[in-house]
Amino acid sequence: MTVDITLIVLMAVFFAAGIYLLLERSLTRVLLGLILLGNGANILLLSMSGGGGKSPLYVSGTPAEDYTDSLPQALILTAIVITFAVTAFMLGIIYRSWVLGRQDDVQDDPEDRRVADQPSYDYEDDADIAADTTEFSDDGSAPEPAGTSASGGDRADRPEDTP
Amino acid sequence: MLTVLIAMFALALGAPVLFSRLGRSAFFVLAAAPAAAFAWLLVELPGVLAADQSAPTGAPAAPPSVVVPWIPSLQLELAFRLDALAAVLCILILGVGALVLFYCARYFKNDDPDVGAFGAQLLAFAAAMFGLVLADDLILMFIFWELTTILSYLLIGYSRHRLSARRSALQALIITTFGGLAMLVGLVMLGQEAGTYRISEILADAERLVARGTLVDVAIALVLVGAVTKSALVPFHFWLPAAMAAPTPVSAYLHAAAMVKAGVFLVARFAPGFSETAFWHPLIFVLGMATMLLGGWRALRQFDLKLVLAYGTVSQLGFLTMVVGLGGRDGAVAGLGLLLAHGFFKATLFLVVGIIDHQSGTRDLRVLSGVGATSPVLFAVALVAAGSMAGVPSLLGFVAKESVFEALAHRAEGGLAGILLLGGMVLGSILTFAYSARFVWGAFALKHGRARTTFKRVRVSFVLAPALLAVASVVFGLWPAPLDSVVQPYATLFASDGAAPHLALWHGFGLPLLLSGITLAAGTALYLFRRPFERFQGRLPSMREAEVVYRSVIGVLDDVAVWITGRTQRGSLAFYLFVILTTAVVTPLTALVIFDAPLPTGFRIAQSPAQVVVAGAVIVGIVAALRSNKRFMAVLMVGITGYGMAAMFALHGAPDLALTQMLVETIVLVAFVLALRSLPARLWNRAESRHRLLRAGLGIAFGGIMAVIAMSAMASRNAAPISLAYPQLAYDDGGGANAVNVLLVDIRAWDTLGEITVLALAATGVASLIFIRGRSDHRRRADGVEDGSVDRGQELLDARGRSGAALALAARFADVPRDPWLVAGRTLAPERRSIIFEVVTRLLFHTIILLSVYLLVAGHNLPGGGFAGGLTAGIALAIRYLAGGRFELAEASPVSAGTLLGVGLAIVSVTAAAPLLFGGAVLESYILEFWLPVFGDVKFVTSTVFDIGVYIIVVGLVLDVLRSLGSEIDERSESDDPVEEDSGADALVPPATEGIRP
Repeated sequence: MTVDITLIVLMAVFFAAGIYLLLERSLTRVLLGLILLGNGANILLLSMSGGGGKSPLYVSGTPAEDYTDSLPQALILTAIVITFAVTAFMLGIIYRSWVLGRQDDVQDDPEDRRVADQPSYDYEDDADIAADTTEFSDDGSAPEPAGTSASGGDRADRPEDTP
Repeated sequence: MLTVLIAMFALALGAPVLFSRLGRSAFFVLAAAPAAAFAWLLVELPGVLAADQSAPTGAPAAPPSVVVPWIPSLQLELAFRLDALAAVLCILILGVGALVLFYCARYFKNDDPDVGAFGAQLLAFAAAMFGLVLADDLILMFIFWELTTILSYLLIGYSRHRLSARRSALQALIITTFGGLAMLVGLVMLGQEAGTYRISEILADAERLVARGTLVDVAIALVLVGAVTKSALVPFHFWLPAAMAAPTPVSAYLHAAAMVKAGVFLVARFAPGFSETAFWHPLIFVLGMATMLLGGWRALRQFDLKLVLAYGTVSQLGFLTMVVGLGGRDGAVAGLGLLLAHGFFKATLFLVVGIIDHQSGTRDLRVLSGVGATSPVLFAVALVAAGSMAGVPSLLGFVAKESVFEALAHRAEGGLAGILLLGGMVLGSILTFAYSARFVWGAFALKHGRARTTFKRVRVSFVLAPALLAVASVVFGLWPAPLDSVVQPYATLFASDGAAPHLALWHGFGLPLLLSGITLAAGTALYLFRRPFERFQGRLPSMREAEVVYRSVIGVLDDVAVWITGRTQRGSLAFYLFVILTTAVVTPLTALVIFDAPLPTGFRIAQSPAQVVVAGAVIVGIVAALRSNKRFMAVLMVGITGYGMAAMFALHGAPDLALTQMLVETIVLVAFVLALRSLPARLWNRAESRHRLLRAGLGIAFGGIMAVIAMSAMASRNAAPISLAYPQLAYDDGGGANAVNVLLVDIRAWDTLGEITVLALAATGVASLIFIRGRSDHRRRADGVEDGSVDRGQELLDARGRSGAALALAARFADVPRDPWLVAGRTLAPERRSIIFEVVTRLLFHTIILLSVYLLVAGHNLPGGGFAGGLTAGIALAIRYLAGGRFELAEASPVSAGTLLGVGLAIVSVTAAAPLLFGGAVLESYILEFWLPVFGDVKFVTSTVFDIGVYIIVVGLVLDVLRSLGSEIDERSESDDPVEEDSGADALVPPATEGIRP
């Protein structure tokens, strides 16, 4: 199959620019990146159909090879409309994010950061407790510091290891 | 046997109900279950003992067995077999189980809220143990094994408000599960090697398997790891003392009589046949001996009575494992004898400790004083049990120990290993005697300088269970014959070496008796000189405790987990994308290089020069979009690439694509402008975003790899495309000349069905993102809306100068008393209106709608179709909205967006399913030809109906986008305070306002 350099180059530029924008923090540019990626993917599909030819509108007696490949076209048509729907959805997200937080940025997930920064000390596992010698006293349990949760910040016995 | 098992589990399930009715007395009901099972066992016993233990299941002389097929393809079956070994274990499991449950009825408080669950778990545990020893299938046994582990976890953690209980429970769970997993690997290896998972068959085939060598050796060693962890042998012994955080009846049953015996049982199960494998004796003897001595040594240092017993149990488990693992008939008889003796006396002692704790509120032997005098019955019971543990003559413990010594004396003649074993066991027994004495002294003696412990009177029903067990120790000590007859059949599984070992009180004068004497004498001495000995123990450098090692291992695991999580889950989306995309570049590249992917040979610049020109323009647009800092400039540039794409499609011979792309691009532009109008004009405020070069590098690498993949894919084609036949197929079978459209609505209609579902979802998603609460499908009509009230104050017009003049003009135009061009035009604020736009809209709207319908209908044969038609109609709606405001949009759409989506989906679904009624396939299409008055002969293809559904859904999608991103945001902007509007004002150039800007 003959390769059309123009199509290949155009596709590569679409993908490169799309990825570049996708890695941005600005949501609008991320969305533009997605659209460019979609266009690149469509060109990729188109180039797979080989060279251009007659439109796939059936005319009796035309050899099958003369038509352009109709299968990639159907796929691309689907992709175009889906990209529209996704774009509209992303626009909704961008608007919401602006209304709620006055920002158009991809934010770091604070919950992930909290997990990443948590100490490995855990009261449940690591606290020293006194031995009980009876089951029949209500205060027989080891005194637990008030407000101790599963990820308590009490770390008397381990050095801090902030990443 | 199956009935008994199921009945016990069923009762356990129903237990919480019983407890809520009867309170703690429900334990009596629960105790009846194992008691009844015990009675059943006694009935079965003669038959079991008379059976040929090695006979395969189904043979006439075989022990009773049940086999229910489960998953035949995996060789899994519910195979149960009550042989002699299982029967011996059942005596402990059912007998001691019944007594412990009985005892619980007095141990727990009536008002304890968790006691129902506790009773259920304890009974379920008994049932699981029962199943474990009966199981004749490796996997079934493993299931029961893990069931006991989990129930043990729940039971240890009974006092869940205590940290010590929670932690001990988890520790026991982790360790025994670790062993269980090792065991599972071993069991599977064994089962695969043997070709069957039936335990009795594997044992019968043992000789052949052992000859296989290493694989079976390793499998057995792994199985032993399971036994070692379960029976708390060194180096995993520490979980057992920690498990004493469980309520004492649990300790008595699980951690003395039953569960820890599962490991010993496993050793006993595989000893006939596999005791000669390579790792068997080293593992069992070294770990067993270490455990026996370490446990005894530690027991002498404990002050908590329960811990004295716990370490004593550890020691005894080491002892038991060694004896059971000896192999040979003498070892078998002695081992099972010891197993029963230990079950009786250790359960007794734990129950006694429970009573002491219950009545006095402490188990600390430094605090307890004078209990023996206060409660002589309890003292007598404990004395008997401790005597049995210490090996005092005439008690069951003594009988068992004599047999052990005899078996070992036999082996000691054989060489050094035997002598070491015997010496170690004697030493262990001396320690056992000493800590038994320490226990009795600690619990009951009147200590110098200590006041008598206040001790409530013990009720008969409370002490009944330990007393019965103590009686058993005495009776079977004096009359061991019944027990002897129970353990003998198991011994027949081993090859006979001539001697006939027996459990008996009197073995005659000989080495065993001498060793017993030595044990008694040295043990007494050790007890008498306990204070010097304690000082001696204190002076020795203390070994690092295994539990500390365990906790540091777990600690390191935690650290590593936190470290890895912190390094990989950084919360930055860009970072994750970076990792994913880098992988996406590197992996295909590696594959291309390694598998020597083909590269194309023929190149050409382009098919036509026009393509080069268009591509060049598109690339310029891309670069401009990248460099633009203005939000709408970037959007516009991306839009240009989209129109360029349409041109590329057209040049390639794809009119449908070109049409659809043009329409989509237009609507996307409108949507962008509508959604982003309230955002600031500039794209970024920071001087420059970070990692630019890195992002550019990754982007270029990705583009490059895609180019290589594309070329390689094209070069790899070695067959004719399947789509060659499509145009002909579409025309003949699909009834349409436009192959692309027939593909969409007929040949590949499933794809389209999925796609339009996504469209409906996305439309709903947009609506719910903007409206927040639901889809808000209610249409507000223009009737009753005040003139000029919409979009008021949205234009920043100066009162003076040209703007002022424009406003005055607009106001005058708005007042003209004639029919409006648009239905809702009057509702707009005067400065927002444009007469030219309104007139043009009036003229164009219906034409565009007609065009869209034409595209829809003609699409089957010419470029067009449901998608293109729907998008065209959408554009018509967009024009109405832009010209006449949000009420105009509501007037323009006769039904709401939600209804459109629903109707569209319904049409499509019905079209898809309808052919089923006529015996066709889903989505099959039919060509109908008929005659109509005006039209003449009509050829109608049913897939057109499908396309109509697509059309309606696309219109619904566009309408949803317009009313969400358009109308709703308009309304919000009006209610916002104007200061915030300022920020977006210079970005905001809605096309609709162009007309009144002079």
